[in-house]
Amino acid sequence: MIDIKAMPPPRVRRNYLELRQLNKTYHSPKGSAVIVNDFNLDIAEGEFVTLIGHSGCGKSTVLSMVAGLTSASAGGMVLAGREIAGPGPDRGVVFQSPSLLPWMTARENVMLGVSQVFYTASAAERLQLAEYYLTVVGLADSMNKRPAELSQGMRQRVGIARAFALSPKMLLLDEPFGMLDSLTRFELQAVLLELWKRQRITALMVTHDVDEALYLSDRIVCMTDGPEAEVGDIVPVPFERPRDRVAVMEHPEYYKLRERLIEFLEVHAHKKRRVSFPAGKATNTEAAA
Amino acid sequence: MNFFKRYKLDSVLLPLIGVGAFLILWLAIAGRVETRKTLDEFGDPVTKTVKTGLSPDLPSPAETWKASKPYLAEPFAKRGELDQGILAFTILSLSLVMQGYLIALAIGTPLGFFLGLSKTFTKAMDPIIQVLRPVSPLAWFPLGLVLFSSVKFIDGGGKTVFGASDAAALFTIAVCSMWPAVMNTAVGVRAVPTDYLNVAKVLKLSRGKTLFKVLLPATLPYMFTGFRLSLGIAWLVIVAVEMLTGRPGVGGFLWQEYNAGSYSRIILCILTIGIVGLVLDRLMSVVESRFKTA
Repeated sequence: MIDIKAMPPPRVRRNYLELRQLNKTYHSPKGSAVIVNDFNLDIAEGEFVTLIGHSGCGKSTVLSMVAGLTSASAGGMVLAGREIAGPGPDRGVVFQSPSLLPWMTARENVMLGVSQVFYTASAAERLQLAEYYLTVVGLADSMNKRPAELSQGMRQRVGIARAFALSPKMLLLDEPFGMLDSLTRFELQAVLLELWKRQRITALMVTHDVDEALYLSDRIVCMTDGPEAEVGDIVPVPFERPRDRVAVMEHPEYYKLRERLIEFLEVHAHKKRRVSFPAGKATNTEAAA
Repeated sequence: MNFFKRYKLDSVLLPLIGVGAFLILWLAIAGRVETRKTLDEFGDPVTKTVKTGLSPDLPSPAETWKASKPYLAEPFAKRGELDQGILAFTILSLSLVMQGYLIALAIGTPLGFFLGLSKTFTKAMDPIIQVLRPVSPLAWFPLGLVLFSSVKFIDGGGKTVFGASDAAALFTIAVCSMWPAVMNTAVGVRAVPTDYLNVAKVLKLSRGKTLFKVLLPATLPYMFTGFRLSLGIAWLVIVAVEMLTGRPGVGGFLWQEYNAGSYSRIILCILTIGIVGLVLDRLMSVVESRFKTA
């Protein structure tokens, strides 16, 4: 059941990010622990994909492997036709904790990345770029403040500005709003969506908030519980963009999708061992096709 | 207590009470001069002055003040190599401490960084460091003399300007005061949050940029804690070094006055050392707090 409208326009590359038989195994003297096994996923250019699953199921590990911060034990990762080997500024990462450098102002934190990517641009151009993104995320008046002077939500705004300012090929968001209260979370989801609407940067986000996933993404990838986590189900989200939170929640499909996701999560919460999901693989290929 | 708090007297009055109690204790154990009139074995009356008390040779606060006055009244006077005003001695000692201390930081900080960055290096160096760390300055000094026995710089007049004992003095200060800087820097480097390092990795900062933009600023608060402790030790060591070399300075003066039997001035030296140590520590705390991040 795929809504054509939800799919990105046909001229874009369908397999902008390809993850093939991704495996992460930790070896220890006691034996080896397989965290993620046989993880396959294709993400089209300009698509917003969310990984959901239980805490510790390995979804963050997948993101970390795409970011290059964790090496994959086996399998292949290709982004825009080039194999991913190690971290790089072509993937903008928004961490769960804002991870700003506390001795730098908001502007300097964004500039650190901007100078790294746009090293050929003049200092004035780089500054302009950094300030543009800080303004877009609503921090025009706080650019000279250090993280300690900013609220948790404002810090994460800086984190988002820093990732977007790199003009990355891809955006990786690791539970970016997990540490925020729900009102701030709503605000920041809107900020993220606004920025994303302007640039349509291919995005992969990890979350365990079902509503957040439905509001932001084009497709939701449900991961089975670890060990040996893999893709369990892929749910396309048919809501039209640009999205409005109220409109999304009033959409007739909303509660059906929400229920489907929650049911998936509940099935996997109560069974330690992975239940075989016959629909899982099928949906995967269906969506990729 | 409410009365104290209301008038903020507790911060003035209580220290005064402490100092007063200390002075009373000092007075109680200090020697008192007594004049006794006795008859000698021929039956003639003689007056004898004797010192009595728990510690008969310990000068009383008043005697100490009297004997110290010339050194305090003219703090920069130079009457001889080992007879100078107390501040003149302090400056001599401080300049030696600073030289040794800077050597300690120049060696200790990079060493701490390597220890913090490399587990292999830590494993290799740890036993040596743990064994060398608790060694007293008194033990290092002779080794310094042996190590630098051939050091001798002579000026135009044939006078030695920098000899083996000077080198040994610096060596001793450096080797004793280095460890807090080393250990704290290493701990600081290990404590750099992974988040910061991930940012550096994701942005693909070069090694130099990662060091100067991320690692160093993140470690600075720890480093300055180490630097402050190191300075305290360097100042402790100076007395021992000056005693052993007999160089002019607070410690050298102290030892000379002990040998000369003027015990009052020992107390002056001790108080000076204490006060200078306190001032140094406070100054470093100010610097340290400026580098506190987050």
